Amino acid sequence: MKDITCKLLVIGSGPGGYVCAIRAGQLGIDTVIVEAQKPGGTCLNVGCIPSKAIIHAAEEYEIALHHAAGTSPLGISAGAPKLDFRKTIAWKDGVVSRLNGGVAGLLKKARVKVVQGWAVFRDGKTVAVDTETGVQVIRAETIVIATGSAPVELPFLKFEGDVISSTGALALADVPRRLAVVGGGYIGLELGIAFAKLGSKVTVVEALPRILATYDAELTRPVAKRLGELGVTVLTGAKAKGLSAKGDALLVEDAGGGDQKIAADKVLVTVGRKPLTEGWGLEEIDLAMNGRFIRIDDQCRTSMRGVYAIGDVTGEPMLAHRAMAQGEMVAEIVAGHKRSWDKRCIPAICFTDPEVVSAGLSPEEAKATAPEIKVGQFPFQANARAMTKVAEDGFIRIVARADNHVVLGIQAVGQGVSELSTAFGLAIEMGARLEDVAGTIHAHPTQGEGFQEAALKALGHALHI
Amino acid sequence: MGEHVIKLPDVGEGVAEAELVEWNVKVGDLVREDSVLGAVMTDKATVEIPSPTDGEVLWLGAEVGDTVAIGSPIVRLKVAGDGNVVESDTATAKPENSPKADLAAVEETARLEPAVVAKSPESKPVSKPASAKVLAKPALSGAPRPEGERPIASPAVRQRAKEAGIDLRQIAGSGPAGRITHEDVEAFLVRGPQTAATAGGLIRNNTVEDIKVVGLRRKIAEKMSLSKSRIPHITYVEEIDVSALEELRASLNKDKRAANGLERPKLTILPFLMRAMVKAIAEQPQLNAVFDDEAGIVHQHGGVHIGMAAQTPNGLVVPVVKHAEARDLWDCAAEVIRLAEAARSGAATREELSGSTITITSLGAMGGVATTPVINHPEVAIVGVNKMMVRPVWDGAQFIPRKMMNLSSSFDHRVIDGWDAAVFVQRIKALLETPALIFMD
Repeated sequence: MKDITCKLLVIGSGPGGYVCAIRAGQLGIDTVIVEAQKPGGTCLNVGCIPSKAIIHAAEEYEIALHHAAGTSPLGISAGAPKLDFRKTIAWKDGVVSRLNGGVAGLLKKARVKVVQGWAVFRDGKTVAVDTETGVQVIRAETIVIATGSAPVELPFLKFEGDVISSTGALALADVPRRLAVVGGGYIGLELGIAFAKLGSKVTVVEALPRILATYDAELTRPVAKRLGELGVTVLTGAKAKGLSAKGDALLVEDAGGGDQKIAADKVLVTVGRKPLTEGWGLEEIDLAMNGRFIRIDDQCRTSMRGVYAIGDVTGEPMLAHRAMAQGEMVAEIVAGHKRSWDKRCIPAICFTDPEVVSAGLSPEEAKATAPEIKVGQFPFQANARAMTKVAEDGFIRIVARADNHVVLGIQAVGQGVSELSTAFGLAIEMGARLEDVAGTIHAHPTQGEGFQEAALKALGHALHI
Repeated sequence: MGEHVIKLPDVGEGVAEAELVEWNVKVGDLVREDSVLGAVMTDKATVEIPSPTDGEVLWLGAEVGDTVAIGSPIVRLKVAGDGNVVESDTATAKPENSPKADLAAVEETARLEPAVVAKSPESKPVSKPASAKVLAKPALSGAPRPEGERPIASPAVRQRAKEAGIDLRQIAGSGPAGRITHEDVEAFLVRGPQTAATAGGLIRNNTVEDIKVVGLRRKIAEKMSLSKSRIPHITYVEEIDVSALEELRASLNKDKRAANGLERPKLTILPFLMRAMVKAIAEQPQLNAVFDDEAGIVHQHGGVHIGMAAQTPNGLVVPVVKHAEARDLWDCAAEVIRLAEAARSGAATREELSGSTITITSLGAMGGVATTPVINHPEVAIVGVNKMMVRPVWDGAQFIPRKMMNLSSSFDHRVIDGWDAAVFVQRIKALLETPALIFMD
């Protein structure tokens, strides 16, 4: 097969890789992208997108159950809903495949050449791609590693049979009657809550003393409360030990040291993700590492000249939007623009019920950086729109420096608050002060008004509380 | 306005204290970044203490002769921006010599918001309170914020700064809480990091005026580019003893009446040079030529048409003394004067400004020691006249004062070898040094 020579080669077409390639194409750079599977990476195929589809279906189903049970305060009652889960999965697959096509179309429009196959480095400028039709050698001036990450597997709970990863959970044929979730982080809880709403009896096993341990306890409390309402059993401080001999239960050592047997049809293991640093010839180019991750500088350059790395393979937070921003930046650097990583925050969202958003620093983190801080918190109980949505649980919290009122962090928990992440991120990137947020008219009635009120509260003059 | 405390830096391995041996500044002085504040001496060496920033000296923490511990505050500067006093890490500072009350006061001041600080009786115009006025005319910067603190700026401002190659940490923001605005970045680009107050009235001038290159200037530009890009020049500089020539010239200039009663023109050195060139060219005709390099033909001319580069108000023009071989000294002189005047007044005709086969360039008293003349394309040689001056010359027994003048001549090395160029210049040298030879046939 004739060798391909290009200016820029991107390995992996996840959110980081495809954004990098599209931007490079826009900038007139001769770009090739290699992907072994469908374009879009984990996010689009087995992560963010399909999980959000399942979560949405679960929400709808749960509401319908309420209507059927006559417990809706809105006065709506309806017949018992029926769930055709195979159809749900097919619909989810349809969404994913539309987006696959979308990414492919965008790459084509940007004149990016897509090579289908698994890439392995030969040296810092050359990659061999194992394609359906043979080995394709690609030589590039610049290479961007965007290989992403994969679910962490536990040695005593290997992904096989009824032990599944998040990928497996998004492709189940039926809703499991009993689902054990090992790992109470955001992935486990998002899926656990969704399956609970779809009818599974869900048990979450978390080794740490509380769920969503990367967020502060106050922020996650409404989620814990809701888990109780949904009948999800949460075992904190508990360790998963393995499957029972019959394979129909999860063995757990609980917080008290006692052994428990949790009957489960499926065991979902969501104990984190690991950077994908194997199988593509990292050893051939011997890049400097930062722990498990590839070490990068503020321009995403690795220790080898002309080799960049972006996305999950480069470190936490392993989030699609971080990878996208890195990809865009790298493309512009390759085009000769002056760019470096100067982002002030990478908002993070848990699509649990209720949703959790965090942008910037939590009060605890802020205390470590600023001598004195101000915190303003506004509960949705005092928000008109939240009342009209039966979504009074949760709050918006703003953290600022006490001396100059510069906003350091914004968190929220509540129904639908994920959409507020844009406002939070913008405020922090723009270097907003409390007065800026307080002085911006927030349309009424919206949950977003809570943002303005939180800022007013921090300034000492909230109006609606 | 903030305060910047300078501590005695670690001056060497294992040195715990040092003797202050010199102050280069006193209280009230304005200092620039990197200017030397003073010097300390250890048993190993004397070490200068540079200022890390621009500012005004408020306080000196030791007398000459004092022994100062490493890490002790030794100088306090008043600087634009917040200074470094907020994070004056008392952990490492050992303020033995510094009055503690002072430091506390400094910290107090620096912790306050800029707007509040400005209310203190500061008289410097740059310390106006952060108001709408200041936004319109941003306060300039010095050491804008405590070290390590991230500048506050919107993504668009950050990108603008990145593209302009500016480190935002250098800029003091004029916006609320010190936020850096687009105006701050532009002001920094124009004026640089110094404020008018701290830079002693010196400000950077970053204005750029765009001047269209048109008319004669464009012609000159094109001609020079053509000449320098097409012709591989070889330049040869030789000195000429013009003492004899100058004597002859002086005596000829004494008698201004010719035999026929007409007034004679004043002789400069040019007519002599022209006649010498005519003679040299007679022996080396290949130097009096135009080279059509596209056709690959050297047109060797019989007539010696000498261009003379002349400065006019609009720029360089080259009027041509036609047929120098057929003009005597006086005729050459008269033609030079006439053409120079015509060129200067703009009255020179097209014919008078073209057709040269070799060129002389002379800047007269401005001629310098040596030049690298640019050949008047498509000619193959140009002779440059440098400044005449009296220099000591060794005559074998002693130094004697002689009137010396250099000729800097360039040749088209494609068609003129270095040897031939040297022979040509040496021939002219011989003629000018013994001017009688010019008039012998």
